[in-house]
Amino acid sequence: MAALFLTLWGLAVRWSHSDLFPTPGNVARGIVELIQKGLLLKYIVASVFRVSWGFTLAVLVGVPLGLVLGWYSRAFQAFNPFIQILRPISPIAWIPVAILWFGVSDAAPIFLIFLASVFPITVATIAAVQNMQLVYLRAAQNFGLSTGELFRQVILRACLPQIITGIRIALGVAWLVVVAAEMIAVNSGLGYLIIDARNAGKRYDLVVAGMVMIGLIGLILDLLVRQLEKFDEVRWGYIGRRK
Amino acid sequence: MKDAVISIRNLSMRFPGKRAGEEIAVLENVNAGVARGQFVCIVGPSGCGKSTLLNIVAGFLEATSGEILVEGLPVRRPDPRRIFVFQENGVFPWLNVHENVGFGLRKQTRSERDRIIARYIDMVGLGGFENAYPHELSGGMRQRVEIARALAANPDIIYMDEPFGALDFLTRLKMRTDLVRIWQSEKKTILFVTHDIEEAVQLADRVLIMTARPATIQEVVDVDLPRPRHLDSPGYLEKRDRIFQLMGMSLRVGETAA
Repeated sequence: MAALFLTLWGLAVRWSHSDLFPTPGNVARGIVELIQKGLLLKYIVASVFRVSWGFTLAVLVGVPLGLVLGWYSRAFQAFNPFIQILRPISPIAWIPVAILWFGVSDAAPIFLIFLASVFPITVATIAAVQNMQLVYLRAAQNFGLSTGELFRQVILRACLPQIITGIRIALGVAWLVVVAAEMIAVNSGLGYLIIDARNAGKRYDLVVAGMVMIGLIGLILDLLVRQLEKFDEVRWGYIGRRK
Repeated sequence: MKDAVISIRNLSMRFPGKRAGEEIAVLENVNAGVARGQFVCIVGPSGCGKSTLLNIVAGFLEATSGEILVEGLPVRRPDPRRIFVFQENGVFPWLNVHENVGFGLRKQTRSERDRIIARYIDMVGLGGFENAYPHELSGGMRQRVEIARALAANPDIIYMDEPFGALDFLTRLKMRTDLVRIWQSEKKTILFVTHDIEEAVQLADRVLIMTARPATIQEVVDVDLPRPRHLDSPGYLEKRDRIFQLMGMSLRVGETAA
């Protein structure tokens, strides 16, 4: 499949006599050039660093928030309208605000990534708690657990498979958003590479090289999160899936 | 009833219906008592409110009126001295067998915990499965884990809500035999809900027969047969047929007793 795709790509560029759009060979040479200049690794590290911070903050806020809002229906009724209004606002729309608040620094994209990933995590966690099986709760109450023990030992554990699914979705979104944020708010990272290659000389071979790297790293991130689903503590939650 | 561990007094339960102001009466003036160390079964037609009654006795639901006394004190909430074994299996899927059985042991030292866990895993016949997770076990084995978890917490009373209802016939028979053996050695009070009359007669010292909704206790049958009970002994058959008759059923298929 991959070989067929690359062949068709190359032929399409040649037949259309495009001056700007690169062939797979151009892109490969572009990637080599970026490696030789030491830019590729530098930009990947910059992007992954921002995603790591924004995403970790989103997990640290989203999971506890989701557990509390899922459990206490009063708190849910108070906060849910707020979440539902903020959630549909694209993180891209926050870019001017982020620059206003944080300037052109790492904090701006980290904030945007946080915003983009905190909602999927919170919403998945709330749904998991609200749909938790009553029998686990009753068994826990029966053994006389304190509220803290109930959250740590039963509610969190029962919801973990669904929380991990929310985390997978959120990480995908975070990786989408870092590219957009870097195009505007900073001057390093894979998103900056793409916009800079275009602006500074129509280097479309480097534009596509940046896109290829974004795709590959996104794939690796998803494979890493999928490893979380293999732990014994959560494997029960994925049984009965088609594969 | 004198020296009852559990007393159910004038208990009624009504749930709100679909239309406003409408109420569905589930339990109507239920009175019963369970003596210490007794094995008591509650039987009744499907949907009559047996499970509701057991959930109220255990403190998971609040009755509309009447009260439950355990050791003379009113029940307000669930209590670790009285453990519930659930129909739909309440073992925690994120813990392995060892961790599930030890769930109710929070105050013991580690070595004490391990000793108790090993004892009850052995008692329910799950030796060798300590590290298995519930989804790797059969339905019968999961129900054994839950019984071991209940026993390990050393409760005075065990409530069982059709615990063998989802198991196949042969597994059910084996589970009954094992439960009687465990009950005899552990000397717990057991209140056991079932819709299976044969199960009740095999297990119980006394059988409480409930009517259809709104349910009340129709009759109490003492089953003073020696254990182990044989399914073809005249005494067993006589008790079984008596209960079938009391519940308005004939043993001949397709015929309903008057």
